[in-house]
Amino acid sequence: MQRFVNNRDEVVEDTVKGFVKAHRDIVRLAGNPRVVTAIKRPKQGKVGVVTGGGSGHEPAFIGYTGRNMLDAVAVGELFSSPTAKSFHDAIREANGGKGVVVLYGNYAGDNMNVKMAMKLAAKDGIEVATVVANDDVCSAPAEEQAKRRGVAGEIFMWKVGGAKASTGASLYEVRDAAQKAIDNCRSVGVGLGPCTLPAVGHPNFQIEPGTIEVGIGHHGEPGLRVEALKSASEVASDMCQIVLDDHDLGSGAEVAVLISGLGATPLNELYILFDTIEEEISRRGLRIHKAYVGNYFTSLEMVGATLTVMALDDELKALLDVEVRCATAL
Amino acid sequence: MKTLRNAAAGDIVLSMASAIIDNRGYLSEIDGKIGDGDHGINMAKGFGLAADRIRGKELSLAEALETLGTVLMTEIGGSMGPLYGVMFTEFAQQIAHVDQIDNKTFSRMLHAGLTGIQEIGSAKTGDKTLLDTLVPAVEAFDEAISQGRSFREGLELLVAAAEAGRDSTVNLIARIGRASRLGERSLGVLDAGATSCALILKELSQGTRDRLR
Repeated sequence: MQRFVNNRDEVVEDTVKGFVKAHRDIVRLAGNPRVVTAIKRPKQGKVGVVTGGGSGHEPAFIGYTGRNMLDAVAVGELFSSPTAKSFHDAIREANGGKGVVVLYGNYAGDNMNVKMAMKLAAKDGIEVATVVANDDVCSAPAEEQAKRRGVAGEIFMWKVGGAKASTGASLYEVRDAAQKAIDNCRSVGVGLGPCTLPAVGHPNFQIEPGTIEVGIGHHGEPGLRVEALKSASEVASDMCQIVLDDHDLGSGAEVAVLISGLGATPLNELYILFDTIEEEISRRGLRIHKAYVGNYFTSLEMVGATLTVMALDDELKALLDVEVRCATAL
Repeated sequence: MKTLRNAAAGDIVLSMASAIIDNRGYLSEIDGKIGDGDHGINMAKGFGLAADRIRGKELSLAEALETLGTVLMTEIGGSMGPLYGVMFTEFAQQIAHVDQIDNKTFSRMLHAGLTGIQEIGSAKTGDKTLLDTLVPAVEAFDEAISQGRSFREGLELLVAAAEAGRDSTVNLIARIGRASRLGERSLGVLDAGATSCALILKELSQGTRDRLR
């Protein structure tokens, strides 16, 4: 595959530089070139909201930095956790004196680096709370939910957490709202083609032509099953079934739905999937309060899509409806 | 009992860095079978950066290990940055004020590194991680001490146990980290972290052995 790359070892540096130039009305670089922050420091007395993760998932994570969303984002190498120092610097940037909540995904590296960053922040006297996203249904069975990975449900977690923080809520109120958001999310990914780290030069997993991997992870982690590629509506029905079977929602429940491309799937195909997903959700008596269809959380140039369904209550609905201003329209 | 003079041993870390950089491609290749395929790239980057800051400065072993640990922790990230970062920083702190390192001090150093890793990570032996190299290596060294063997013999037994531990990961199912998503498909392949850990322990032990006086 042909790529736009200057130096394969400096892909992340160049990405962040371009991102900050393009969105200089919304974001800026902190002193650390691996920490993107909102242009305005958080108000004194507002809980700071931070995330971080490996690069290659753009617009996640940096694209969600901004007003009523994330105050600061730690940026890692491609598919690799940010350093403890970057998480720590992001926490400091986001600190408005009322504590900082770190909302991140369940991956071994992120868990360790956040843990170390929290120790460093404690020395600064900054109180830190965390929520670890684990919305990816196929990454572990229901009885081992704590082992599940975090995927596109993180966007809802950030949006709810960011909105709650904007109301002047306390650190633990913000944490609890973000925790409820992610607890109410279920996601599934399907893969049609692999992706390649530029520095490695070849894909580290394969999806054979004519097949689909159901339940694939955000870095190509193996899914539930590999099967013959079916029609879009059959794939969409399978995705709904996996997500909704795990969810156990009563008829009449309201939901928010997010479909994200994984990087190399055209937008029109995401709408083709949504056409069936909308039918499947309605058929089960659920009501879609809000739908997002686009490239919200990608995996380099992987071909495929993820579906996330968040069950809503009045609080989540109100927080989801709070307007935000970040590089990615939400 | 022979000892290692701390002040004259910083170059051991340069040998470690060379071993990692020489194995950049190999480590990435084995990582690529069950992980991202970037283990060698990230490790070589971190050890290379540290070597640039150590070379020509005649640092003590403690100072060189501290430099390496700090670079890994602050500039590499991923999983290996914090794990090895903590290990080397703990090694350094344990020997920081020791002039002549004897085998008991060396053992305390190994234990401090191991404890540091166990505190931030959640892996256990048998999970197909670097602990499957590190834990038996430390145990072998301690056993050599309790049997009254020389520092030199202890180091040789440490390397042998580290390499046997590394090789044992071929028959293990990954239970943690990215490879754990593969379940039984991770069988039959070496763990990249266990492999880099064996390289590190070998260079540390041989460098120490060659400098015992």
